[in-house]
This record gives sequence, C-alpha cells and structure tokens, in this order.
Amino acid sequence: MEKLVFYAFAALLITASLMVITARNPVRAVLFLVLAFVSCSGLWILLRAEFLGMILVLVYVGAVMVLFLFVVMMLNINTAELREGFTRYVPLAVIAALLIVGQLVWVFTEESQLNSHVARETANDISNTAALGQVLYTEYVFAFEIAAVILLVAMIAAVSLTLRGSRNRKNQTVSNQVKVTKADRLKIIRDEGKA
Amino acid sequence: MITLIDFLIVAAVLFGISIAGIIINRKNMIVLLMCIELMLLAVNINFIAFSYFMNDIAGQVFVFFILTVAAAEAAIGLAILVVLFRESGTINVEELNALKG
Repeated sequence: MEKLVFYAFAALLITASLMVITARNPVRAVLFLVLAFVSCSGLWILLRAEFLGMILVLVYVGAVMVLFLFVVMMLNINTAELREGFTRYVPLAVIAALLIVGQLVWVFTEESQLNSHVARETANDISNTAALGQVLYTEYVFAFEIAAVILLVAMIAAVSLTLRGSRNRKNQTVSNQVKVTKADRLKIIRDEGKA
Repeated sequence: MITLIDFLIVAAVLFGISIAGIIINRKNMIVLLMCIELMLLAVNINFIAFSYFMNDIAGQVFVFFILTVAAAEAAIGLAILVVLFRESGTINVEELNALKG
C-alpha cells in the first residue's frame, strides 16, 4: 500500500515537472509547478515529515507560487519569441539530463552502504512537529534568527526594488501643515450690513 | 517496502529534468526561475529521505532553512524580473546585454 502511494506521487511529480519545462504557456507551467509541489509534499508526508509537507503546501503553493502567477500574468510576454530555438536544444538537454541521472543512479546502486539503512520507527512517540520544534528553538536558534533576518532583508529588497518614486502621487507636506498659524487660515470680518 | 534509493532516484530524476529545463528554456527567465525552484525541491527530497532513513531530525531542520532561503530568493528574483521588464520591455536573456564590456 505504501509502495503504491509512493509510486503514484513520484509519477505525478515527474510528469508535472516534465510539463513545467515543456509547457507552451507560462501560466500553465506555474500551475504544473503547483502540482509538482503538492505531490512532493505527499512524498514528504510519506517520509513522516508532516510539518514540512504542510509548510511546503502553505508557504510554497500558497505564497511563492501565487507570486509567480501574479508576475507571469502581470508581464505581457511574447512567448513565441522566447521559444525560438526550443527544439534545437532538446537533444543537448536530454543528453545532459541523462548523464547526470545516470551518474547519480550508478553511484546509488554501487554504494552498498546506502542499502543498509532501514527505516526505524522512532522510539519516542512525539509528533514530527514537536520533534522539529524541540531542536529548532534550542540547538538551531541562532540559524532560526538569521533566517528571520534573511526574510526581512528579502522583503525590504523586494519593496525597494519595485517602488516607484512619488512621480504621480499627490503628497501632503506635513511640515507646512504644522507651521500654519491662525492668521493664515482665519480672517475676521465685521458684519456691518444691518447694524 | 520503500528503500532510501527509491527516493534518491526520484530526486535525481527531478534534478535532471530541471537541468534539461534550464537548457531548453534558456531564453525565458521566468521558466529559469521555476527550474531553480524544482532543483531546490530535488535537494530537499534528498535531505528528508536521509533524515528519515538515518533517523536524524537535523535533515528536516536544514530543509526548513532551505525553504526560507528559497522563498527569499524567489521574492527578490521576481522583483528584479519586474523591474527588468519595466526598464527594457523584455525578459529574453539574450537581449539583456547592458552589462557587456
């Protein structure tokens, strides 16, 4: 049963990633990337990494992929021009991919040490999230804080890169508003009409 | 019974596919960024598989940090892409030669 689930998710992952690199329309490529991430999170949950599987769906599919989708839809891209010479490089790409995959698979099957690792059920019956939290906030707390700083830097960088100046915006100058006196705004006139 | 090698082979195939994607889509910058995301995913599968089969939680902590850095990288990369498109009107990598000497 577990093997069946593994092969289903693995096949879905490979097919989706193949569609990502061959899709004609960038929007479809992003949607297939979402499918690849979701099936990969299935694989991770199969490996008892539930927390990271959920993070992958929430953060990656929910935030990063939506960002991709926004950018793809915002830019008006001429896909035909970008795809010229596509078929010319397919043989090279296939050769490069086969070389790397072949080398890796050869190493994995030759290395007998890899076969000796059998999954042991953990003795302590705490959940994966609790186990991760126990080391994340003690042993890796410094790295965790650096990760927070990296996210802050990324946020500021993204905002400052895409920020357009105040070219077409009507701003109020606060200093002028503060400096204003009563005489500037209020004029007292005597009403002499009927007196 | 699923073995460690099964997961390693899936990750290797995914890595190979993303390398092929970088070669055949070398003009379209958005697809290049997506291929980088797929590569990072393949690496993360390796980390989690080793973490499970060697019974060590440290691999999952590493995946956590890789995901953080990958999210930051995607955000900055897409911001640069938007600015680039606004300035030059294209995301074709071959036309971006403003830095040539």
